[in-house]
Amino acid sequence: MMNSPFWRRFRRNKGAVAGMAVLLIVAAVALLGPWLATNDPWAMVEQPFVRPWAEPGFLLGTDTLGRDILSGLVYGARVSLLIGVVSTLVALLIGVTLGAVAGYFGGWIDAALMRFTELFQAVPSFALAIVLVAIFEPSIKSIVVAIAIVSWPPVARLVRSEFLTLRQRDFVQAALLAGQSTPRIILTQILPNAMSPIIVMASLMVATAILLESSLSFLGLGDPNQMSWGYMVGAARTVLRQAWWMALFPGLAIVLTVLALNLVGEGLSDGLNTRLDGRGK
Amino acid sequence: MNATVTSMKPLQPVLDIAGLSISLPAGADRALAVEGATLSVMPGQTLCVVGESGSGKSMIANAVMGLLPRPHVAPVAGRILFDGHDLLQLTEPQMRELRGRRIGMVFQEPMTALNPVMRIGEQIGEVFDAHGSVPAAEKRRRILAALADVGLPDPELLIDAYPFRLSGGQRQRVMIACALVLEPVLLIADEPTTALDVTTQAQILKLIRELQQRRGTAVLFITHDFGVVSEIADHVVVMQTGHMVESGTAAQVLGAPQHPYTRKLIAAIPDGQAQMTVPHDDLTRVLQVQDLCKTYRSSGGLFKRGRAVQAAKDINFELHRGETLGLVGESGSGKSSVGRCLVGLAPFDSGRIIFQGRTLAQGKNFRRGAAGKIQMVFQDPYASLNPRHRVGAAIAGGPIAQGVGKAEAMARAMELLKLVGLGADAAQRYPHEFSGGQRQRIGIARALAMQPELLVADEPVSALDVSVQAQVLELFAQVRAQFQLAMVFITHDLRVAGQMCDRIAVMQRGEVVEYGETQKVLNDPQHAYTRKLIDAVPRLAGQAGTEAKVA
Repeated sequence: MMNSPFWRRFRRNKGAVAGMAVLLIVAAVALLGPWLATNDPWAMVEQPFVRPWAEPGFLLGTDTLGRDILSGLVYGARVSLLIGVVSTLVALLIGVTLGAVAGYFGGWIDAALMRFTELFQAVPSFALAIVLVAIFEPSIKSIVVAIAIVSWPPVARLVRSEFLTLRQRDFVQAALLAGQSTPRIILTQILPNAMSPIIVMASLMVATAILLESSLSFLGLGDPNQMSWGYMVGAARTVLRQAWWMALFPGLAIVLTVLALNLVGEGLSDGLNTRLDGRGK
Repeated sequence: MNATVTSMKPLQPVLDIAGLSISLPAGADRALAVEGATLSVMPGQTLCVVGESGSGKSMIANAVMGLLPRPHVAPVAGRILFDGHDLLQLTEPQMRELRGRRIGMVFQEPMTALNPVMRIGEQIGEVFDAHGSVPAAEKRRRILAALADVGLPDPELLIDAYPFRLSGGQRQRVMIACALVLEPVLLIADEPTTALDVTTQAQILKLIRELQQRRGTAVLFITHDFGVVSEIADHVVVMQTGHMVESGTAAQVLGAPQHPYTRKLIAAIPDGQAQMTVPHDDLTRVLQVQDLCKTYRSSGGLFKRGRAVQAAKDINFELHRGETLGLVGESGSGKSSVGRCLVGLAPFDSGRIIFQGRTLAQGKNFRRGAAGKIQMVFQDPYASLNPRHRVGAAIAGGPIAQGVGKAEAMARAMELLKLVGLGADAAQRYPHEFSGGQRQRIGIARALAMQPELLVADEPVSALDVSVQAQVLELFAQVRAQFQLAMVFITHDLRVAGQMCDRIAVMQRGEVVEYGETQKVLNDPQHAYTRKLIDAVPRLAGQAGTEAKVA
């Protein structure tokens, strides 16, 4: 398994391996959250404005209300990853379905679906996400829905273009001649061949979704019951000059996670590209 | 520079390769792409390097041009002497100075070799710009002369045209003009006619010959086709898996081949002679095509009118069990369109297709009416198998879709794999593990799995090497006899058609211009176009009763 050509190509990209390591650490932190951080991220457990390393048990200090920043980071990882992954899955579901139908059937179906897609692409995505979250109450569910709704159009476009070329291939024609049903051809003949670019795009979409969630929380549109990195940066904004650590650590967490996802995405793209096998041609 | 020097000493070879070895990256099927190649090209002469794909023949051309994909593939031994310099020792800037000016190159794929957004004149002009500056008026004059030289009509119009206006043959002429515009002493042509029709190929070969004679250019010609070799070569080098197995003058190698591999390659050329006759007794008619018409329409935009191309016009023929009809023509003649209409992958406009006594409905219900009994073998063995499906599943998929049980379908797939000459263990492997010829066998097995009555084969061997081609043709003949299949065999190669088909329909611009028994069509062609096609076929000198046509 680890020696398959995919991993060999993936491993050759050093950045991707580093990104994967960071991502695994973040995921482990998110999973083991309650055991790692003993303090409730919302509880005022110490004096406010405790500097990092000043007080035993509060490695990264406390914020303006005396809440443990390390606990905030740990619980924020859960929210960021959860929202990033789930909203990407929802966006993929919408995008792949619409793109596949548009690309496979073509004609007026394609035209109608693509105009519908452009409707969403014409609106600035962050503005649309703010409006959507503001209309529904801010909660994990509404944030996921909002992010999914603003991020599926590129998926639909990508899948459509893949389907447009793949459906002309001879093996699809052969399946048609064999009398295979349309859903079967879409799901078993074409979709597996379109997976590589979709997977690469998905890894980058998770990164974008985490950024979107952080931005929403920064503006105070996050789930009020969930500690999140964006919220922490937002809360620290007013005391940035007195207490640098309150904004720095959650900010670093966002940067590292998003960077790691982008690196992994690049590695996936190398790994799934069979032509990159060190052969001359 | 010293072109005059070369012409004063005609016995000095233009290009002298000695002991050239080229390494392949670790993990390739062999360590050296080329091992100890030694050859020389004399001025005004043509050296053909012949071999099947993977024999390393293109590597030699790329090594001369300094185009090897280093460091994965690099020359490890030997020297390439040109103009008294060892090309392998030159730096990249020095090589760049030589390319275009002293050595010209023509590539295989004319459709992609030209930049689609640059005018023809600009592309040729780039050669001048790369090698010093020429005044604009002078440059234009020389480009026009070059275009006229390669026999392109209306150079004044073409110079400002974009590549999409040109046919494949015309583009290859432009590429040749590009390669020769600075009058290099050496022209390297890497399969320059492989992507072209047989008639276009004959014209291009003639053009290269003419230009060569007029200018005394030495030509290194890479090809896999012995027919082409006999048309153009003075000397021949035969390559097999990186080794030179035979070399000599064209007459020696073609007339009295010494090495068994050369003999095998020459024997594998379809001669258009072998013919089995089908007993015409209690024949059941499988297919009847009446007045089939098909027109492609591109919808017009706001400012342009729609365009219509008639791909099939009043096509009529019928086909009996065990019989093979050859559809022959150049690309664009509509032969593939007819094939796609027959299997129901493209709708037709009018006419009737009667299959086993039933008229197949137009449009969506066509394929349902055929119930999988009309199958197709596709041209490109690399595109016709789903890379994500195991071979067994790919073959069994069709019968399963028709309601056959899974175990039964898999068992049948194994049987078919054995029948087409692959082991039953092939079922568990993925298509990329097979060669082109093997994939085409899998394609045939997949078509047979549906127990078809009619098999439409669309250029099934044109992407294959000549010896593999012979084996696949043999397999076609075998399954045709075994299953009493009716076959429509679409090909541009008259030699293949002559070998495979009982009757031949020659198509030109959507119309059948000649239709009849194979022997009659090939030996006594009535239509001018058929005669042109037959004349254009490259053939070995003195092959089976037909005189060599040297253009």
